[in-house]
This record gives sequence, C-alpha cells and structure tokens, in this order.
Amino acid sequence: MSFLASFFGRKTSAPVARDRLQILLAHERAGEGQSELIATLQEEILEVIKRHISVDQDKVQIKMDRGTGVSMLEIDIEVPETRPAVKTA
Amino acid sequence: MAKVLVVTSGKGGVGKTTSTAALGAALAQTGKNVVVVDFDVGLRNLDLVMGAERRVVFDLINVVQGDAKLAQALIRDKRLETLSILPASQTRDKDALTPEGVARVIEELREKFDWVICDSPAGIERGAQLAMYHADQAVVVTNPEVSSVRDSDRIIGMLDSTTERAKKGEKIDKHLLLTRYDPARAARGEMLRTEDVLEILSIPLLGIIPESEEVLRASNLGMPVTLSNPTSAPSRAYFEAVRRLEGETLDVSVPTERKGLFDWLFKRSVA
Repeated sequence: MSFLASFFGRKTSAPVARDRLQILLAHERAGEGQSELIATLQEEILEVIKRHISVDQDKVQIKMDRGTGVSMLEIDIEVPETRPAVKTA
Repeated sequence: MAKVLVVTSGKGGVGKTTSTAALGAALAQTGKNVVVVDFDVGLRNLDLVMGAERRVVFDLINVVQGDAKLAQALIRDKRLETLSILPASQTRDKDALTPEGVARVIEELREKFDWVICDSPAGIERGAQLAMYHADQAVVVTNPEVSSVRDSDRIIGMLDSTTERAKKGEKIDKHLLLTRYDPARAARGEMLRTEDVLEILSIPLLGIIPESEEVLRASNLGMPVTLSNPTSAPSRAYFEAVRRLEGETLDVSVPTERKGLFDWLFKRSVA
C-alpha cells in the first residue's frame, strides 16, 4: 500500500500530524500569556501610530505565524490616503 | 497502602470509561480489591459499561453530601467479588461535588481498597480537577490523533500543577495509554505512530490498546472487555497494562487477534 501511495505521489499524513503537533505544543507549553501578547501588542502599536497619523482601529491587522525556528509577527496597517494639498490657481 | 489512580484525557470519547472498567476489572481479576469511581456527574456511564445500571440506589453525591453511607452507595460486581463501583449522580450537577466531601470519600475508600480508580469526566473544568486532585498515579488515555494528543498535553500540565501531590512538591506518576490504535494504518503512515506520540508527550507508555470490535461488544453486554473476552487483543493489552501498573517491567507490544500470518507480521515490539 505505502509503496503504491508513494508511487502515485500521495504523501502520508501521519508525519504532517506529528510536525504540526510538535510546533503547536512547543508554543502552548511556552506559556499561556502568549494569546494575550498579540492583543497587548495590537493595542500598544496602535497607540504609537495614532500619535502621528489617525488610523481606524479596524484597519490594523496583527497576525502571528508560529514556526519551528522562526515566528513571524505580521503587522498590517492601512494608512489613510494623505492627499497632497492641491494648489488651485 | 492503597493507590489512587485517575483515568483522564481532556478530550471526550477516547476511551476513559472503557479503560477504567477494563483496568479495574483486570486488577480485580488478579485478586486486588478495587473500586472504580465515576466522577462524571450528570453524565454517568461507568455503571452502564460495567452492567450495574439497574442496581444504582445511592451515588457519589449522596455520600459527599452525607445523605448516604459509603457502604450503601458501593455496588459489588456480580461477577468479581473483589470489584466494586461507586456511581456518579445522573440528576445533580457537578457543583454538588465539594473538595472537602471528595477528600473525605477518597480517604474512606483508601482504607477499604487496594486500588481506587477515578474515571474523570472530559474537559479541564471542576469535575476533571476534582477527579485528579487526590491521585497518586494517572493514566492519560490518548488516541493517535492530533486533537487527542494536544488535549493530553494540556492534562499532563494540569497533573503536574493542580493536584494535591503537585502542590506538596511531590511527583505524580503519569502513564500513557494509547487506545484505538491501528498498527497497520500506523505502518502505512496514515496514523501517528506510538513513537511519535511518546516523543511528543514524553511520559512512559502503559500500553497500546488496538482498535477492536470486542470493545463495543463488551459495552453492549455491560461487561469490562477483560471479563467478556479475556483472550481478545484489547484484553491482553489491558492485562499487560495492569502488570506495569503493579510495577513489572515488560516490553510493550500491540496484541493482535490471533488469525494468521498477516496479523503476525504486525505484531512487533514497538517500545
């Protein structure tokens, strides 16, 4: 069966399950404060940005992608269009 | 010295009640005095799996609240005189269990029995916490499936932090019981292997219970599988698990139904 599966290029699923669990549990064991971290970051980053430009709370997206070696913190801010002052003759 | 054992998992439906009944009966079959205690208040099922559902008069809540004596609530198994069951209440809710009341009942059970086996409800709430609180040992029932492994990891964390032993700075012996295991699917890479689960959870292996028709047959009949068919593959695995609980060192294998060459091929030592 397994050689037939690999012959037709279908990957086995158990190693995927193992790897996903290992990554997930490494983070879950590291501490339960992690989920609050994102919320705090979102709040504080927004505060700083607001000092300079006015942004809508809903236009800020913060995502965390947890990997084995590296985790990525993705901050996506939609800045409102700043219209250059058009001189009218 | 009596031992208090909790059978727990976090996730529901992985085989806690089945395993409580089978391990309890298997220990009783070796002559030990055993009581199995159902902590799943509101959703009791241990009585049904053990075939004692028509003999329940008083339950754990009645004893905890002082409405009945322990001896009145204990039901002696009709087939094994060394096995008793303390049922949960079906009508009350889990808030009726008080930590002091549970402590008193467990203490009294320790005096009467060699093994007190607590069948935990699913989840990580009050009921599950009370079931594990007094445990000296824990059996973590896990299916070779991602959500079950994740929940088991969470439960292991709780065993190490919220139990009485943990609070006193003592260790609680934790054992992994891998249930509904299909060695053929694991060999084909379709199911997490025993080694994978052991590596992730890193607690010692108590046994591997193969997926088997005998388990449903046993619960249909209201018998622990070790009583309904003692030579079946799951029963042999439970008997081996019980010997390990008693401190024996045995190689862990996946017992298979003895049918022929095909089964023999998959009966390999795995840990």
